[in-house]
Amino acid sequence: MLNIHDLEVGYGGSTVLRRVGLRVEPGQIVCLMGRNGVGKTTLLKSIMGLLRPGQGKLSFNEWDMTYATPDKRAKAGIGYVPQGREVFPQLSVEENLILGLEACPQRTDKLPDTIFDMFPMLGKMLHRKGGHLSGGQQQQLAIGRALAAQPKLLLLDEPMEGIQPSIVMEIEHAIESIKKKKEIAVLLVEQSLEFATRIADYYYIIDKGSVVAQGSADELSDEIVKKHLTV
Amino acid sequence: MNSDAFISNLFNSLSLGSILLLIALGLAITFGLMRVINMAHGEFIMAGAYVAYVTQNLFHRLPAQFFGWFLIVALPCAFLVTAVMGWLLEMTVIRRLYGRPLDTLLATWGVSIMLQQLARSIFGSMGVNVETPAWLDGHWQMGHLAVPYNRVFIMVVALVCLAGMYLFLYYSHTGRRIQAVMQNRDMAACLGISTRKIDALAFAVGSGLAGIAGCALTLLSSIDSNLGTKYIVDSFMVVVLGGVGRLIGTVAGAIGMGALNTGWEYETTASLGKVLTFVCVMLFLQWKPMGMFTTRTRALD
Repeated sequence: MLNIHDLEVGYGGSTVLRRVGLRVEPGQIVCLMGRNGVGKTTLLKSIMGLLRPGQGKLSFNEWDMTYATPDKRAKAGIGYVPQGREVFPQLSVEENLILGLEACPQRTDKLPDTIFDMFPMLGKMLHRKGGHLSGGQQQQLAIGRALAAQPKLLLLDEPMEGIQPSIVMEIEHAIESIKKKKEIAVLLVEQSLEFATRIADYYYIIDKGSVVAQGSADELSDEIVKKHLTV
Repeated sequence: MNSDAFISNLFNSLSLGSILLLIALGLAITFGLMRVINMAHGEFIMAGAYVAYVTQNLFHRLPAQFFGWFLIVALPCAFLVTAVMGWLLEMTVIRRLYGRPLDTLLATWGVSIMLQQLARSIFGSMGVNVETPAWLDGHWQMGHLAVPYNRVFIMVVALVCLAGMYLFLYYSHTGRRIQAVMQNRDMAACLGISTRKIDALAFAVGSGLAGIAGCALTLLSSIDSNLGTKYIVDSFMVVVLGGVGRLIGTVAGAIGMGALNTGWEYETTASLGKVLTFVCVMLFLQWKPMGMFTTRTRALD
């Protein structure tokens, strides 16, 4: 479904990603791992279209989107939860969620119930400003907003980072329920090895801007972990 | 100050405040929300005024009983004409200069000079007058205070524009998109909003409001190519004083400046009053650099 071929991305003169290749199949949970600063967030931003590739090809469901703008990619069915959540601080929770519907093919104001089943907190705080929520609540809002348009692929950038344990549990359950339904594929950047190996079908490890290891998640060996992930 | 003088000063403050509000509302979008310093905003005001003039001339050809309506027709026409001008300016110049405030300032200043010359070429350098329709000619006598109809009309136009903009920004689909793009451009794009379309649309609406202001200003003075330069400083001042990015701030800024100006003028002279008003605004901004209303939010952790 998502197909990345030989991708090179840089900021200004310095290249951050080198010849990255990656695939995500429908309904698959793919985990992207690596130490800090190796280019995981850069890769997600490139998939969403926030960064322009210097070289390579990105396609989504056979559609070449290498140079498409982010709004076209969102409309094609890619949902994005960035690092740092990026909810709209001056807008209410409800307005934030309704903005998530912008990517729907037809104009609608009807939020799917699944969002509120996943995160009941959102239903209770519809009229609070996004900027007044706690970090964990903002994270749930950002995930709910990305799911509103029922995307085919969800990009999650460290959704559990710096969040209180009770909400980490809820987010883990949410990802598990997405996995069970098999309607949405997930590309997850995750630091917790324990959760990553439990949830993922497939893994990629990035180091210094390149994919250095990949495979089925249950084959992830201690040796690979030691070599590429241990600090 | 006796009570008569107080009431007349109060009315004059509100009247001047409503004029300032009207000329600053458009800037509240283009400068307040989009952070574009558009020096040609004053010329959009001028263009709106000339639209009123042209509409008046066209109505002279119609039977006389329709003439009184020309101002009502001119208001939406002025909005449309200046909105299209703003849209063209955004598409051709400003779009290429987002995030470069100094370049934007210089380029739009150039556009402003070109528009002034264009106005001189078409309408001549002499000022032209727009007649006040008969139904706006006159005043109510309230005790010692004369309340001219045209001042009240400007207040009504300002209030209608304010209400319209409030509903548009906070209760419409497009308004919600505009807010999203202005608060976080990248994230709005990632949700499927075409930020280019929203930029062009928001800029066109802001410019259109300048046209309405220009139309209303024809009730107060004659029109020449320098009309815009008279008002551009005041209108930026109102938006900065009120607090960039908040509609309520623009309202407070306009009324605050109206009151200051009227008060100082009453105590001193017209030009000294203006100087003292600007000094007060500058001192206030030294004390509160963000203006009267600031946007506060929980720091993202």
